[in-house]
Amino acid sequence: MQLGDNIKPNVSATNGNHVNRVSARLKEHIVEIISDSGEGAQKCGQSFGSIVAQMGHGVWTVEIIPAEIRPPARSVAGASGNRIRIGEKRVTNGGNETDLVVAFNEQVLLGRVRSNELKPGCTILLESMWRDDQNPSIKNSYIETYDQLVAAGYRVYEIPMEEECHKHVTDSRRGKNMFALGMLCSSYSLDLQIARNQVALTFGKKSAAVINTNIELLEAGFAWAEANLDFRYEIPSSKTTEPQIVVNGNTALALGVLASGMEICAMYPITPATSASHYLSDAFEKVGGIVHQAEDEIAACAFAIGASYAGKCTVTITSGPGYSLKQEAIGLAVMGEIPLVVVNVMRGGPSTGQPTKTEQGDLMTTIFGSHGDAPKVVIAPGTIEECFYSVITARKIAETFNMVVVILSDANLATSQQPFTRPTFDEAWMAPPIDQSAVPAGAKPYDWDPKTGLARRFIPGQPGGMHTLTGLAHDVNSHVAYDPEINQQGMRARSLKLAALQKTLMPPTVFGDPTGDLLVIGWGSTKGAIEEAVEEFREEGKRVSSLHLTFIQPMPPGIKEILAGFKKIITIENNWSDDPNDEIIDETNRRYSALAMLLRSRYLFDIDCWSECRGTPLKPNTVRRVILEALS
Amino acid sequence: MKAATQTISASECLLRMYDEHHEIEDYQKGVPRWCTGCGDNAILTAVQRLCRDEGLLPEKTVFVSGIGCSSRLPHYMNTYGFHGIHGRALPVAEGIKLARPELDVFVNTGDGDCCSIGAAHWIHAIRYNMDLTMMLHDNQIYGLTKKQASPTSPIGTKSNTTPRGSYLEALNPLTVTLGISNVSFVAQVVDWIPEVLYQVVSSAFHHKGFSFIRIVQRCPEWLPKQMDPWMHDPQRILLLHHENGLEISPSLAKVYTKMEEHDPANMNRAREIASSDDPIPVGILYRDDDIPCYEDVRHDPRLRTAEMVKNGLNAELDKFTVWPEGATHV
Ligand SMILES: Cc1ncc(C[n+]2csc(CCOP(=O)(O)OP(=O)(O)O)c2C)c(N)n1
Ligand code: SF4
Repeated sequence: MQLGDNIKPNVSATNGNHVNRVSARLKEHIVEIISDSGEGAQKCGQSFGSIVAQMGHGVWTVEIIPAEIRPPARSVAGASGNRIRIGEKRVTNGGNETDLVVAFNEQVLLGRVRSNELKPGCTILLESMWRDDQNPSIKNSYIETYDQLVAAGYRVYEIPMEEECHKHVTDSRRGKNMFALGMLCSSYSLDLQIARNQVALTFGKKSAAVINTNIELLEAGFAWAEANLDFRYEIPSSKTTEPQIVVNGNTALALGVLASGMEICAMYPITPATSASHYLSDAFEKVGGIVHQAEDEIAACAFAIGASYAGKCTVTITSGPGYSLKQEAIGLAVMGEIPLVVVNVMRGGPSTGQPTKTEQGDLMTTIFGSHGDAPKVVIAPGTIEECFYSVITARKIAETFNMVVVILSDANLATSQQPFTRPTFDEAWMAPPIDQSAVPAGAKPYDWDPKTGLARRFIPGQPGGMHTLTGLAHDVNSHVAYDPEINQQGMRARSLKLAALQKTLMPPTVFGDPTGDLLVIGWGSTKGAIEEAVEEFREEGKRVSSLHLTFIQPMPPGIKEILAGFKKIITIENNWSDDPNDEIIDETNRRYSALAMLLRSRYLFDIDCWSECRGTPLKPNTVRRVILEALS
Repeated sequence: MKAATQTISASECLLRMYDEHHEIEDYQKGVPRWCTGCGDNAILTAVQRLCRDEGLLPEKTVFVSGIGCSSRLPHYMNTYGFHGIHGRALPVAEGIKLARPELDVFVNTGDGDCCSIGAAHWIHAIRYNMDLTMMLHDNQIYGLTKKQASPTSPIGTKSNTTPRGSYLEALNPLTVTLGISNVSFVAQVVDWIPEVLYQVVSSAFHHKGFSFIRIVQRCPEWLPKQMDPWMHDPQRILLLHHENGLEISPSLAKVYTKMEEHDPANMNRAREIASSDDPIPVGILYRDDDIPCYEDVRHDPRLRTAEMVKNGLNAELDKFTVWPEGATHV
C-alpha cells in the first residue's frame, strides 16, 4: 500500500495534536497550485518559487493560465495558477508530471487530471469546504470527484483551508493563497523567515496592515501543516555563492532593454508579450526611457523605425499577430538599413490562435517575412538568462550592421521563472551616443563596403549628410534608382551583411560527445527539456547528443562538421510538421518543421524532425520518447 | 524649432551666421518629376521658401512622407528626408520627433496616404499633438497608382475603380481633424494662391504642436478640370482673416473679395466653416496653443548616462535578487 493512500486526516481530531510526519528526501519535485482565476494561486506559486530559489534550490516555474480573463468559477477550463519544479540542482524546464498539487476546488483539479498533468499517485491538497456546500449539485460534484480521485490512486488530503483562514480574516477566499503558501513551506521544509520576507516583498506596494495579515495567514498555513500533515519533503539544495535573479523571460527581456541603454520602446498590447512592456513602462522611465504605446503594431514599428533613424536604436515588442502587422515596416528598415530590435514573444497561431499558449511557429515568417528578399538577423534565446543578454547582443548587432534583429522568445520563456546569476552592468552594453560630427565631403549614405556590405549610417543633425532615406530601390546616394545593376548591388550589400556577421560568430558547442548515433537539434525555449532528456540517455550510455541553435539567421559556422559526426539527426520543435505515418503523407508531400527545413536545405543532410503544437511546453519525457523511437 | 539661446563670441557668431545663412537653392535637390502643372510643385516652392526664410539648418530638418506622388517631396529637399511606406509617414515622424525633439520635422502626405490607409495614424497624430507640420496634399484622387477613387473624391468622380462615378460621399479631412480631441492647429489652402499657401505653411511651422494643413492640390494628369471652377471664380474661395490668423494683402483682397473674419479660437465656427466645399474656405480655421505636446509630456530632460542606467538596472535587479547566505547586499 502506498504511503498515505486514502488518508483523510480528520482535522478537528488532529488539530493541535501533532501527527507523526514521515520525512522523505527527494532529488526534485513538481508542485502545482491551482484555483479559479482571481483567487491568487498565481501569486502563491510565484512567491513559492522565489522562496525556493532563496533556499538555494534549482527552480523553474510555469504559469497555468486560462484563456479567458474571468472564466466561470469552478470550471474545468478555468484553472489558473502556477507550477513549480524544485530541484537539488539547476532546473532548466518545467519537467514532466506534477507530484503534489494544491487545489481550491475539485473542478479546476479535474482539468489538470484530464490533461494528464498529474503524476499517478500524485498528492492532492484539496479545499474541503465544498463537501458541505448548501448547493446539492456542488456538494455532489465534489464528493463524486473526490471518490474518483481516490479510486484512481491519488493521495487526497481534504483541507478546510477557508475555514482555517476565517480564524484570521473575514474574506477568507482571498487569503487562502497565503495559507496555502504556508502549508507548502512546511511541506517542503522551507525557512519560515525567508517566506515572511517574501510575502512582505510580494505585497510591498500595499499597506503594512495588508502585509501583516498575509504573513499571519502564511504562518497559520505553516502551523496547520506542521500539526496535521503526515508527510514532509526535504530537497537538498546546492547553495550558490553568487547572487541570483529570479524573473520570468519577459521581465528578463525588459531588463535587457534597460541594460542595453536603449531609450525608446514602441509597442501595442498583445499577449504574451505585454507584460514585458508593462514592466518597462515602470522601470524604464525611472532612467529616462520611454515606452510609447502606439495606436497599432504598424504604428509601433514605424515609430521605432523613425526613432532609430533619428539616431537611437529602438525596440518594438510584440507577439505573432502583431509581428505579422509589422512585416511591411520591417522591410522598410531592411531596405533603409535602419538598426531595429524587434522582439516577437511567439504564441500559438495562425491568426489569433492560442494567445496564452506556447508554440514556435514563427521561425519561417521571421526569416523570410516581409516582401522581397529582406535579410535580417534572428536570435532565439533558450533560457531566461539568454532573454536578458539577447537584447544587449541584438542592439549591438543592429547598430553595428544597421540591420533588423529579431528576438524570438515564446510564451514558455515569457511566463517561466528560473534563477540566473545576477548580471553586472557593463558600460559597453550601452548604445554609444549618436555621432553628430559633420559628414566628410563626398561621403555617401550607402557607401557599401564591397566585401562586407557595411556602410556608415548618416543621422539627422550631421552637417553634410543630408539625403532622403527611401524604401524604394536606391543607389549609394540614396537616389531612387531602378537600374538593374544598382538594384543587384543594393541587394548584394544588404545580404552580405549577414555573412559578415556570421564570420564573427563562434561555432556552437555540442551538448554531449561531438560524434554519436543521434544528434537532436533544437532552438529557443525547448533547450532545457531536450538537454535534460539527452543527459539521461547519456547516463545510460547511449550515444546521443544535442545541439541548440541560438543564432538562426545567420547560422554560426561549424554546423556542417557537427552534423557529419552523427549517424542520425533529428530536430525537435514546438511547431507543425507532418507525421510521416499519416496515411497520405509521404516523402513528396511531407512538411518538415521549420528548423529541419532550414537545416536540410542549407547542409544537405537527411535531417528528420519531430514536432508538436499542443500549446504546452515540451516535456523531457516527450523528448525521451522521441529519442527512443529515433534510436530504434 | 525654437533655437536655444547661448552665449558665443562675436567672431564665432559671424562665422555661424555665414555657415547658417542659406539661399533657396541650398534647400533644393534634383529636378522634381511631377507632371507639368501639378500642385505639388507649388507646395515644394512654399516649403523651400519657408526653410530659407526661417534659416532652417538643412541637417536639422527632416521631411517625412509616405507613398504617392506627393510623398516624393522629400527627394527634392536638400535636407534629411524619409520616404517610407504607404500611409505610415506619421508614426515615423513621431518616432523621429520623440527621439530628437530638437529637429524640425515636416510630414507630406496624400489623400490616399493619410485619409485611407493611414487614417488611424492621422487620428492618433492629432491626439499625440507632437510639434510636427503636416501637409495633406489633397488632389482627390490616387495619383501615383493612376487614377483610382480616393476617400476625398467628390461623389460621382469617374476613376479607374469607379468608371460609373464614385458612389460614396467624400470624407472631409477638416471636419474629421476638428472632431478629434487635442486638435491644435487646422488650416486649409489651395495650391494656386501661393501667397496664402506660404503664409499658412509658415504659421503652421511656428505653431507649437501638431499642425494640420489640408492643401487642395490640382492633379492635371487625372482630374484636369477638377478645380477650374474654383480657380476661375475667386468668389468660390472664402478667405478667412483675423489678427490671429491670415493677413490679407491689399492685392489679394482685390481679387478675393469673399472674406470672413474668423477667430481661430472659435471651434464652433471653425467646424461650420470646415464643412463647406463651395466656397472653399482658405485660412486658419482653428488654433490652440495651450495643448501640451506629447514629446514634452513624455521626454525626460535628464542626460541619460551610463551611471544612471547602471543605478537604474541595479535598483531593479535588487527587487529580484536572491542573495547567497552571508553575502553583502551591494
Ligand atoms: C501597402 C501599400 N498598398 C498600396 C500601395 C500602392 N500605392 C502607392 S501610392 C498609392 C496611392 C497614392 O495616393 P495619394 O496618397 O492620394 O497620393 P498622390 O499620388 O495622389 O499624391 C497607393 C495605393 C503601396 N505602395 N503600399
Ligand atoms: S499624377 Fe497628378 S498628383 Fe501625380 S504628379 Fe501628376 S499631376 Fe501631380
